Amino acid sequence: MNPQIAGNPPVATPYFFYGLAAIMIIGGILVITRKNAVHSALALITTLLAQAALYLMLYAPFVAGVQIILYAGGIMVLFLFVIMLISIERAEKERQFNKQWLVGIAAAAALGGLFITVYTATTKGRVLFPEGRTSYVDMQNTQGIANLLFDQHGGTYMFAFEIASLLLLVAIIGAVVMAKKRI
Amino acid sequence: MLFLDHIYLIPLLPAFGAAFMFFFGRKLTKQTVSAVCVGVVVLAFLFACGAVLQYNVWAGANNHQPFQKIVYTWLGTDTGHLNFFKQDGSAANFQIDAGFLLDPLSAIWLLFVTGVGMLIHIYSIGYMAHEGGYYRFFGYLNLFMFSMLTLILANNYALMFVGWEGVGLCSYLLIGFYFHRKSASDAANKAFIVNRIGDAGFILGMFFIAWLMGSLRYVDVNAAARSGHFQIGDPLITAATLLLFVGACGKSAQLPLYVWLPDAMEGPTPVSALIHAATMVTAGVYMVARSNALFVLAPTSMKTVAIVGALTAIFAASIGLVQNDIKRVLAYSTVSQLGYMFLALGVGAFAAGVFHVFTHAFFKALLFLGAGSVIHAMSGEQDMRNMGDLRNRIPTTYWTMFIATLAIAGIPPFAGFFSKDEILWQSWATESVAYHLLWYIGYATAFMTAFYMFRLIYLTFWSKPRMSHDVEHHIHESPASMTMPLVVLAVMSLFAGFLGFPQSLARLVGIHGETNRFEAYLAPVFAKEAPVFAKEEPGQLAAGTKEEEKSSGTEYLLMFLSVGAAAFGWYMAGRSYREADKGYVEPINALSPPVYNTLLNKYYVDEGYDYVFTGRRKLGGVRLGAMGLGEASSWFDANVVDGAVNASGWLTRVVASLSSWWDKWIIDGVGVNGPAILARMLSYPARLLEWGLVQWYALVMTAGLVGFVFYYVYH
Amino acid sequence: MHAMTDISTLHYLVLGAALFLLGVIGVLTRRNVVIVLMSIELILNAVNLNLVAFSRYWQSIHGPSALHGQVFAIFVITDAAAEAAVGLGILIAFFRNKETVNVDEVNLLKW
Repeated sequence: MNPQIAGNPPVATPYFFYGLAAIMIIGGILVITRKNAVHSALALITTLLAQAALYLMLYAPFVAGVQIILYAGGIMVLFLFVIMLISIERAEKERQFNKQWLVGIAAAAALGGLFITVYTATTKGRVLFPEGRTSYVDMQNTQGIANLLFDQHGGTYMFAFEIASLLLLVAIIGAVVMAKKRI
Repeated sequence: MLFLDHIYLIPLLPAFGAAFMFFFGRKLTKQTVSAVCVGVVVLAFLFACGAVLQYNVWAGANNHQPFQKIVYTWLGTDTGHLNFFKQDGSAANFQIDAGFLLDPLSAIWLLFVTGVGMLIHIYSIGYMAHEGGYYRFFGYLNLFMFSMLTLILANNYALMFVGWEGVGLCSYLLIGFYFHRKSASDAANKAFIVNRIGDAGFILGMFFIAWLMGSLRYVDVNAAARSGHFQIGDPLITAATLLLFVGACGKSAQLPLYVWLPDAMEGPTPVSALIHAATMVTAGVYMVARSNALFVLAPTSMKTVAIVGALTAIFAASIGLVQNDIKRVLAYSTVSQLGYMFLALGVGAFAAGVFHVFTHAFFKALLFLGAGSVIHAMSGEQDMRNMGDLRNRIPTTYWTMFIATLAIAGIPPFAGFFSKDEILWQSWATESVAYHLLWYIGYATAFMTAFYMFRLIYLTFWSKPRMSHDVEHHIHESPASMTMPLVVLAVMSLFAGFLGFPQSLARLVGIHGETNRFEAYLAPVFAKEAPVFAKEEPGQLAAGTKEEEKSSGTEYLLMFLSVGAAAFGWYMAGRSYREADKGYVEPINALSPPVYNTLLNKYYVDEGYDYVFTGRRKLGGVRLGAMGLGEASSWFDANVVDGAVNASGWLTRVVASLSSWWDKWIIDGVGVNGPAILARMLSYPARLLEWGLVQWYALVMTAGLVGFVFYYVYH
Repeated sequence: MHAMTDISTLHYLVLGAALFLLGVIGVLTRRNVVIVLMSIELILNAVNLNLVAFSRYWQSIHGPSALHGQVFAIFVITDAAAEAAVGLGILIAFFRNKETVNVDEVNLLKW
């Protein structure tokens, strides 16, 4: 543990974390259980906003802002538009889960069991994941990210960033092609 | 060297025209058709002139060698591998090129074929203007030009044979141009079938040459023939040359294969002029002249050529004396003149024969075109008995035809006089006295020629009109596109003869030096065998060596005699036919009706052939002629030969069905389908996993993820 | 004060795992394509949460400029945006052709 960092006080109490975590879990459950897709979308927005708050707790304000703007403001609006385009009334009256739901839940449960095993396992008396303190660092968060992305000399992820832009371009064209009635 | 290096373009230009007509002709207007087809021939003519001029310059600097341009190897390889065994057992690299050769001989043919061909193409524009199938006609004509030029320019016998067959095909197509008329299609078939006989001879001769010389190129064959390797009178060479001569007989309408040519007049008149008078029928002469190095090695063949030529000349001329169809007279005249040419070749006067081909091309084409013009004016009438007094109505035609008649009859100074006189003189000058008989025959033919030609002129153009009023009303001079070629050809008939102005006459008028430019030009092609020939066979001399051996006095006498014969023929014809309108009697009929009937019926040769070879005549139920043998061989063919063929076919079929069964059930069943069935059966359980549902795949993926994580955690 | 009350990296990881499992269950069991897509968003967000938490942990060891996890999270968000656009485009095409939004009614993808 870095003693310098260890000295900084936490920005919020653990109760915030547990509260936000509860909101997220409940939201997630609602997402996958609601009949009405609009309800699911609203629950998903709630979850994502709670996650943005968690990002703030992790001293990642930039990611938190991106999360809110992009997910809550962009992607979710897109979802809602699409939901309006398709008929949700009919989908509501139908069976909500498919025939393999039991097997799917079982598989997920198996995966969860493995997660539990991993997170609680100890090797030679040490937990597998060390307990890092989450404490405040005096650093311009956005500037740090920008350095990694754009700095001409040390921009580690510049190439990846350009590739991501290309990916977005392809996605735009793909979405247009898919959604157009006649090409 | 532009023209020489691209000499292959000369045949290709008309080929382009023909192809163009083949693909697009139907849609084109007559103007376009004539522009394309005549244009390519004019271009070919200009190109040919350029090529010949360039060749003359080139040959002067290259020891008068033939110019060769090989485009690609057609048969065989150019690796130099010795793949062919000759008759004497040595190996050779047998190779046939698509190659072109230009030497004085082919240059002369090239010039008059393209020149006369061009004029006849122009003439056809007018002649065919109101006929159907205009583009077809011109397409065929262009195809003919292509074939003929290939024949002339080939540098080996095989490629020559390609052109040879090509002109045969075009001849067939054009004779049968009015194919809806049965007589025309019959005539076309006849021409084609009779030519097949000759062509078979040509092919066999070609095989002989390849077997003996190991090559079909003229330069190689000539070099081998002149190397002294072969004896004079070598039987194999004799066989080869005789077979070649059979081919020449077929194509050039010599006895006994001449029967197709008179019937070939069923075609349109320009065709008769181009193919059956001026160019194609001289192909046989060309081939013999081309093979002169071989022929001088075979005196027997030479004699055969001379005798066949002389007999054909008088035979055809005698038939021509009494024919009434204007084109038939000209057809027999052509056969007769071709006989002259072969007579010249046979006595070794190759240059004289070629010279006659050259002059004959002009005046005979002119005669046919003039006849076409007459027929055109007479609304299709061809019978001379219904003509008369045309000289005042179609004067251009009359005067040009009159010039041609003077030329063919041998009146000096027209072209025919020089060439025919040269032939007669050469046949007299041949050492052996037996050859004098040939001169007598030729002399008689010359008289007959003059007679029947002036008979044609008098009956057609003189006296009072004998046609119906309808026809008389329609008589008109032909359009300029038809008369212009006539005038050009008339000029050529007048002056072409001076190219071969005889040495003796030149001395008489006080000119010294070389005046027989034609013979001098051809000297590189022919002269070389003269020494060999003179040494081995004094009885038969090639041209050019005996000029000095006979006194000029005899020559003058002979010349005078032949002119006298022509004049006498003219006088006789005039006496009998000048006033035909008052009723006339054929002089031969007056003399002896049976002879007249024999001549009128062409010696019953066609009937004889019919009788002997087809057995169409029957006596009761029994076929006459060679059909006893024919039917026997037919039976043998149908039952034994075909039986054997069928038996082997049956055997093949049985074996094939067995093999098919094996293939179907064992190879395909076990070998090919077996694994496929196995794979299908094995894949069935695997297919059960593939539901096509996305979420099923996602589930499988998740299971895989669980498996991996499990492995990493617990391994 | 430290041991129990402090929120460690593991807390975030457990939360991320829970979200991930919820997303997986949604993807595997729901018929409605829209909700399946939303579940995918859940999964991606679970991953993002993990990444940011690791970033925090990494900063505590390597200093304040070790922000690689957050950069990764941004890339994942970009990716999610692209995926959502294409996925919803496919959804519209799908709905237009089949008049349904149920995934299990599309089984053309078998041999």
